[in-house]
Amino acid sequence: MKTVTLEIDGKQVSMEEGKTLLDAARSLGIDVPTLCHHEKLAPHGGCRMCSVEITKGKRSRVVTSCVYPVEDGLVVKTESPRIVKIRKMLIELVMACSPRTKALEILAERYGVKGTRFKADENFCILCGLCVRYCAEVKKAHAIGYAGRGVTRRIVFLPEVASRMCMSCRECFALCPTAKLPRETDGVCFDDLTIDDFVAQQNA
Amino acid sequence: MAALLGSASDLERVRKQILAEENRNKPVVTVCCGTGCQAYGSQKVIQAFVNEMERQGLAGKVLSRSTGCHGFCERGVVVILFPEEICYLGVTPDDVPEIVSKTLVGKEVIERLTYEDPGTGHRCAKEGEIPFYKHQSRLIFGNNRFINPKSIDDYIAWGGYSGLAKALTEMTPEQVLAEVKEANLRGRGGGGFPAGIKWETTRNAPGNTKYVIVNCDEGDPGAFMDRSLMEGNPHSVLEGLIIGAYAIGSHEGFIYVRQEYPLATENIFEAIAQAEAYGFLGKNILGSGFDFTVKVHRGAGAFVSGESSALMTAIEGRVGEPRPKYIRTAVSGIWGRPSNLNNVETWANVPLIINKGAEWFKSIGTEGSKGTKIFSLVGKVNNTGLVEVPMGATLRQVIFDIGAGILGGKKFKAVQTGGPSGGCIPEQFLDTPIDFDALSKLGSMMGSGGLIIMDEDTCMVDVARYFTSFLCEESCGQCIPCREGLRQMATILNRITEGRGQEGDIELLEELSEVMTDASLCALGQTAANPVLSTIKYFRNEYEAHVKEKRCPAKVCKALVKYYIEPEKCTACGLCLKNCPSGAVKGGKKIIHWISQEECTKCGVCFEVCPKRFTAVAKLSGEVIPLPPKEPMPVTAGKKGKA
Repeated sequence: MKTVTLEIDGKQVSMEEGKTLLDAARSLGIDVPTLCHHEKLAPHGGCRMCSVEITKGKRSRVVTSCVYPVEDGLVVKTESPRIVKIRKMLIELVMACSPRTKALEILAERYGVKGTRFKADENFCILCGLCVRYCAEVKKAHAIGYAGRGVTRRIVFLPEVASRMCMSCRECFALCPTAKLPRETDGVCFDDLTIDDFVAQQNA
Repeated sequence: MAALLGSASDLERVRKQILAEENRNKPVVTVCCGTGCQAYGSQKVIQAFVNEMERQGLAGKVLSRSTGCHGFCERGVVVILFPEEICYLGVTPDDVPEIVSKTLVGKEVIERLTYEDPGTGHRCAKEGEIPFYKHQSRLIFGNNRFINPKSIDDYIAWGGYSGLAKALTEMTPEQVLAEVKEANLRGRGGGGFPAGIKWETTRNAPGNTKYVIVNCDEGDPGAFMDRSLMEGNPHSVLEGLIIGAYAIGSHEGFIYVRQEYPLATENIFEAIAQAEAYGFLGKNILGSGFDFTVKVHRGAGAFVSGESSALMTAIEGRVGEPRPKYIRTAVSGIWGRPSNLNNVETWANVPLIINKGAEWFKSIGTEGSKGTKIFSLVGKVNNTGLVEVPMGATLRQVIFDIGAGILGGKKFKAVQTGGPSGGCIPEQFLDTPIDFDALSKLGSMMGSGGLIIMDEDTCMVDVARYFTSFLCEESCGQCIPCREGLRQMATILNRITEGRGQEGDIELLEELSEVMTDASLCALGQTAANPVLSTIKYFRNEYEAHVKEKRCPAKVCKALVKYYIEPEKCTACGLCLKNCPSGAVKGGKKIIHWISQEECTKCGVCFEVCPKRFTAVAKLSGEVIPLPPKEPMPVTAGKKGKA
């Protein structure tokens, strides 16, 4: 496998081709924050928290480190002023939908975000997609998926599958960064129905 | 049934046969049967012509033909009589007997059906004299008015497929590619990326299976040029696609048409079947040894599916959402294979470039943008419709020469270009030549070519709010900056237009816009802030008026507008009193009317019904409304005149 050499935050690093900037940064011990990344899952590129600034020749641009492949001679900055500005804004945005959340409070503290200027819309789901992707990619169960588009996008359980699988699994609960799943879903897949209802349906 | 054409000379032979047909030289009545004119009943009009010509003994002497869209949809049904090129607008079946007897038989022009200039009242009988058409140069769109989109013979008669024949028999794929590169044809779908370079990337990408794709997922509000081209001249798009496939080395193509375009879908299916029958599609096309097939994929109405990677994901059978990868679709697209995607209009340019050469193409347009561009000119302008002009025509020419100025003699305020991802350009830039680079410099974009004209009665904050709420629904919702950014942007704009704007809102919008542009996953999110940014840039004072003075300068935002009856003008005619749906208008016979602000729902009916000669009802924003009279006031208006 070919290796490439690049510079991240002033440090040289050699990586196998095909790895991502996030892999490279983490191999150097640089803590690039993420909300939707998981080593067992394909990169999602949804939270954009891992955005970094790259310079190729004279041009610099913002890219998402979890999906951007390593390249020879690339100069990467993980905490440039432009990146810090992006992260602060993203933290404010997610805090509006998920306040009082440990994972976000840690990030807010790190970047000095005091609170959000945005109107709270508390649904406690930041659509990182960890549950959906874990269920599909690792468990191969597809019991949970997305519904809707744009601002109405949300997570839904598929009753036929969820009724059979979810009660005994619940592995996605631990992945949820806002703890929405364990809080709202323990035993309840839909507003008025419990998993027991589905099980009853299955057995009927 | 057509026979397979085995060579370029076969095509020429067939073309001569078609042109030699007796009917080709007869006078013809063409009726536009694009979606717009169909909605006005063009099918009934053409049937009326058939019946009436039969009745008046013209059957066989004069032909009738349904054609594609002429662009002047607002004045449908559009009828053109050839060879005189007399153009009748707004034709109904009831007009047909008169047209047949007076114009076809009597050679007399019917004045009332011709174009009337809104300013001068001057009438134009011939199509070419109408300012809407006169100032255009319809290279791509022009044949729509001659050919029946359902007839490949019509297309061939007008020189169709000669570009393909030339490419396949006289040129190597490298030469075709070089010609398109040399012509500097830039993508008409929005980005303006040079098509030749994209083709080359796909051509050089590793892999034997490559795809070429037509993007007909036009979703910008008010834009319909791709639809009309696909409906009106599907073979031109198909011909361009086959030539591109030859240059790229692709043997399979997809045409992605949105489900909401039934006529475009119908016509492209028919075009493909006809092209297969002649052998323009299939194995060994025109004896060249080149094979190519094409499939139609119908999209299910998602704006974001027009984004290239999302469109390809949709063709693969998955949810049409953009992918986060940093590898170009030209290298890894459908099923990971090199896939070249171009817009409908881009493909339709290709046969012209091959036929007439890159030098000819480059002679039209500006330094960086060559050829023509079709715009959909809509909004508060006298002549709306599809217009094709050379790149570099100014906004003023398009709006005032072709569009004949602003509706109702109002003042021009701004033009929104490039759809929801574009921006608003104010009056001081009206002389800007329209091309890819000039529009980007102004903070807007060419986009697919939407031009929405706004007059002085348009509130720019409200415009930004509209486009933002459109994008809220049409974002795929995958990434945080786009989804949450748009959600919050809409919330802020809503509160500003509702008079609840807070100090710092404008700055927060700017700050948020910057992050959305920098950090979003796809082009939709990266450009989603343009409507807000460009309106703040050019109309900041309007934002400030809303936030600081709780005033809407254009008097559009309902929450900031109040209606008031000026007592000295009111004649107590009772019209507003009778029409007010909420009973907010008080007063009575010979008693001056007044509006109870608490009960008023601001529907504006009183303002509309108050007779022009009184104009007693005023629409106010920001001004203090005088208190209602304590006692009933008798009418004073008009009395002084009588006395």
